[in-house]
Amino acid sequence: MAKQAKTVTITINGTPLEVEEGTLLVDAASRADVEIPTLCYHEDLSPRGICGICLVKVNGEYVRSCITRVREGMEVVTSDPVIRETRRKILELILATHPDDCLKCIKHGKCELQDLAERLEVRSIPYDKYERGLPVDRTSPSIVRDMNKCIGCGRCIEVCHHVQSVGAIFFHNRGSHTIVANAAGQTMGTSVCVACGQCVVYCPVGALYEKEAVERVWEALADPEKVVVAQIAPAVRVALGEEFGMKPGELVIGKIYAALRRLGVDYVFDTNFSADLTIMEEGTEFLHRLEKGERLPLITSCSPGWIKFAETYYPDLLPHLSTCKSPQQMMGAVVKTYFAQAKGIPPSRIVSLSIMPCTAKKFEAQREEMRDSGFWDVDIVLTTRELARMIRQAGIRFDQLKEEPADPVLSSYSGAGTIFGATGGVMEAALRTAYEIKTGKSLPKVEFAQVRGVKGVKEAVIELNGTQIRVAVAHGLSNARKVLDRVREAKERGEPLPYHFIEVMACPGGCVGGGGQPLPSPLKKREERLMGLYAEDSALPVRKSHENPEVRALYEHFLKEPNGELPHTLLHTHYEPRDPYRLRKNPLREQVSTPE
Amino acid sequence: MNHARFILEFAVDRDAFDMEAYISRGGFMGLRQALARPPAKVIAEVKSSGLRGRGGAGFPTGVKWESVQRHKEPYVVANADEGEPGTFKDRYIMEHAPYLLIEGMTIAGYAVGARRGFIYIRGEYPAIAKGLIKAVEDARKHHFLGEKILGTDYSFDISLRMGGGSYVVGDETALLNSLMGNRGYPMMKPPYPTEEGLWGHPTLVNNVETLAYVPAVFTKGASWFTQIGPEHSPGLKLFCVSGDVHAPGLYELPMGVPLHELLEAAGGVKGRLKAVQIGGTAGPVYDDRALSFPLDYDSLRAEGGALGSGAVVVMNHTRNMAEFLEVTTRFFSEESCGQCFPCRYGTRQLEFMARNIMMGKGKEEYLDEMREIVTTMSVASFCPFGKSVALPVGNVLDLFGDEIRTFIAHQRYVKEAG
Repeated sequence: MAKQAKTVTITINGTPLEVEEGTLLVDAASRADVEIPTLCYHEDLSPRGICGICLVKVNGEYVRSCITRVREGMEVVTSDPVIRETRRKILELILATHPDDCLKCIKHGKCELQDLAERLEVRSIPYDKYERGLPVDRTSPSIVRDMNKCIGCGRCIEVCHHVQSVGAIFFHNRGSHTIVANAAGQTMGTSVCVACGQCVVYCPVGALYEKEAVERVWEALADPEKVVVAQIAPAVRVALGEEFGMKPGELVIGKIYAALRRLGVDYVFDTNFSADLTIMEEGTEFLHRLEKGERLPLITSCSPGWIKFAETYYPDLLPHLSTCKSPQQMMGAVVKTYFAQAKGIPPSRIVSLSIMPCTAKKFEAQREEMRDSGFWDVDIVLTTRELARMIRQAGIRFDQLKEEPADPVLSSYSGAGTIFGATGGVMEAALRTAYEIKTGKSLPKVEFAQVRGVKGVKEAVIELNGTQIRVAVAHGLSNARKVLDRVREAKERGEPLPYHFIEVMACPGGCVGGGGQPLPSPLKKREERLMGLYAEDSALPVRKSHENPEVRALYEHFLKEPNGELPHTLLHTHYEPRDPYRLRKNPLREQVSTPE
Repeated sequence: MNHARFILEFAVDRDAFDMEAYISRGGFMGLRQALARPPAKVIAEVKSSGLRGRGGAGFPTGVKWESVQRHKEPYVVANADEGEPGTFKDRYIMEHAPYLLIEGMTIAGYAVGARRGFIYIRGEYPAIAKGLIKAVEDARKHHFLGEKILGTDYSFDISLRMGGGSYVVGDETALLNSLMGNRGYPMMKPPYPTEEGLWGHPTLVNNVETLAYVPAVFTKGASWFTQIGPEHSPGLKLFCVSGDVHAPGLYELPMGVPLHELLEAAGGVKGRLKAVQIGGTAGPVYDDRALSFPLDYDSLRAEGGALGSGAVVVMNHTRNMAEFLEVTTRFFSEESCGQCFPCRYGTRQLEFMARNIMMGKGKEEYLDEMREIVTTMSVASFCPFGKSVALPVGNVLDLFGDEIRTFIAHQRYVKEAG
């Protein structure tokens, strides 16, 4: 039984307010409709009290409202001359070191520092400007880190260490020389960074951003020799609308197809199709392993941030990972083989473009293993945000677009494919198919509610032809650690394995919360996107991957059977353990450039 | 001079690690006395002695000991991260009377029910750390440390930890962070370390000098203590005098000694006294008005300052206050932990302006801007370090503003007439 929460009475600017004891002052104030300005504070992360912007007066003393918890009888003043002046001074001090290049900044219009300067009416900076001349780290295939723009609020570190438990970045140096950097002289490209991009999501300024590929796409589209083939990931369809004033969770897939055609894309396919294809391969793989009782638990492999995390921190568990490529890569492989042959287009002329909610997908696409057909599965990866920029550049009124269908052959999808974008979705999709293949019976109810929702670790037991299948779903890598440590411990002690099947997605909420999604992307917005995916699933006529007609045709005409020889060549891969702190000389390190 | 001494009594032997000599001067008598009574009684005696923390804050030592929650394996930590410029008293104790520290720590450990203690010593004191390790080993050999100390049921041992070299780690919460292997960032209080410190255990953090005076409470008695110095800041204190005096060095004098007496003890000022900084770099700067100040916690607090570590830096008429400003702000900029914005950015900007002044590129507006920055820092900094920057910088601007304005106008230092 949960203890009845105790409430206390405080006054905020003279108005009495009853709140639960221990609530943070900044949250309590918002319940009294007072929005205290903040900078380093973020509702999803544990507060550190770094910036001092959220200063308020409590019983005559100035305190930070993001780290002060309410106590009975507090008299809180949220605005007085000292508070306003102090907040503005702090901003002025930050701005004295911050580049004045808002117009050219990727975060222009979405920058919390910019918003605050406007809100607190900073009209001039009295101090002399000093440039820090720090390097811009472009060594990661996914993320650029410009330390000149970094204000050192520590949110990226907080999310990297405590939400993701990756530990790629740290505060370095002391005092006014404090900067954020990778450990042991590494760079974003050489460090343990898994490219999940959560640091990008939580960065309030333009210090962290995706490595843009928009110009490469324009080039390909303008090249008459090239055939541009696009795919759109599940989570993009419930988020892109946010960039155009629509609600999170609103399904805009038909508009995306239309927009891509307006941009000049030659063939519009859908990653949901290859998500169904993944289920065919992975579900079959699971049933095989279950039959033989080997390499269990099977762990999903769709999330490239998770893959690098496993290679770095759980190399001993790599044999448990599904050998299936992710839907992005499967689609790419099929485009450059099956589709290319069917249309008679040489694969060398095809530009395989994917629109992903994810920054790590950029990293995945350029992994050496990802060209089994002799060509790169995927040539260019755009994030949801980058596609929005292209649409805006082209002057397309996205919200007014009429919905269009995708192109045939590689775009039909089931509800199982669409929920791939949600935490628990891959598991649910796999269970729908595995159940029917294994039992030969039709599922009475396709929803597996136990694996839905935003709880960090979800567990369930599913009965499959008399066998109790124990499954676990983790999202956010610190939650993945909890599940994996249990597996590791059980293996070391020779105990029975705690699970048969585990789904891991690197980002909290799953792909809907990916590092490439529209900003801001707080957890509550991710939940709305999740609801959008589940709504589409329940509205679709086909809800199981093995019933997808185009997937069936693909097997019939090309792949033959799941886990067969051709699928193994094209659609499966392998993983290599990584040395987390390789200290040997790395050529990537030389590429850290100075500001242009 | 003819006054009571305690720590310096033990510092007369040529070999500081000579256990026999230490014992012959009454060493480890305090520990014997303390172990002979129940811990509550030990705490009561420290309380009645009126001993206050010699690290700077002046918190009553006995009260702190009493607040250590005993139920969950407390730790005792000696704060030997002596980073305050002009301060060398802890170093002196550890070099010349290391057993005093060990004895004091062991008594503290017994009083609060700890089984383990740490000496957190600053990274710049490697040779002293080596000596301390030897002293700890010797004490263990003689059963003043380790299992069943002096045949009683009490067991306690001490380990050494080297700091990474940060000034802010002198703050007890930052020190604990550093001791646990984290960055030396100050932590939110509450919870206080006495409730939740090292790895969640209640932790008593005392300064080296505080611990070194603890044996005196038991060998000389609490009343001996209260007889010396002012009523609310009793006992002796180590003062570190540096700068423009004839005999800079360490002086053990009663609390509340007027500054002019301390300076006389240190051979008197060379030339004319221009400015004096009391309590460390984060303490205020005074002009010759300070000569009459009694040097104790409450008197200096009344003057808007603090006794701090007991450092006294003397500047005579030849000193350039713009240079003092530059050195001080650079120190803050280097030694801020960098955690919070007002301090991280404020010290950087202060240093930038002070350096510009020194390079002949100063502007008249700097004086107002500096004042605004230190005001912001004093309101909004996370820990006492950032808040205290307002003291020296603000005082220099108050007292020597004209001199700095003249420097800016002439783009160089203009010597005072006479």
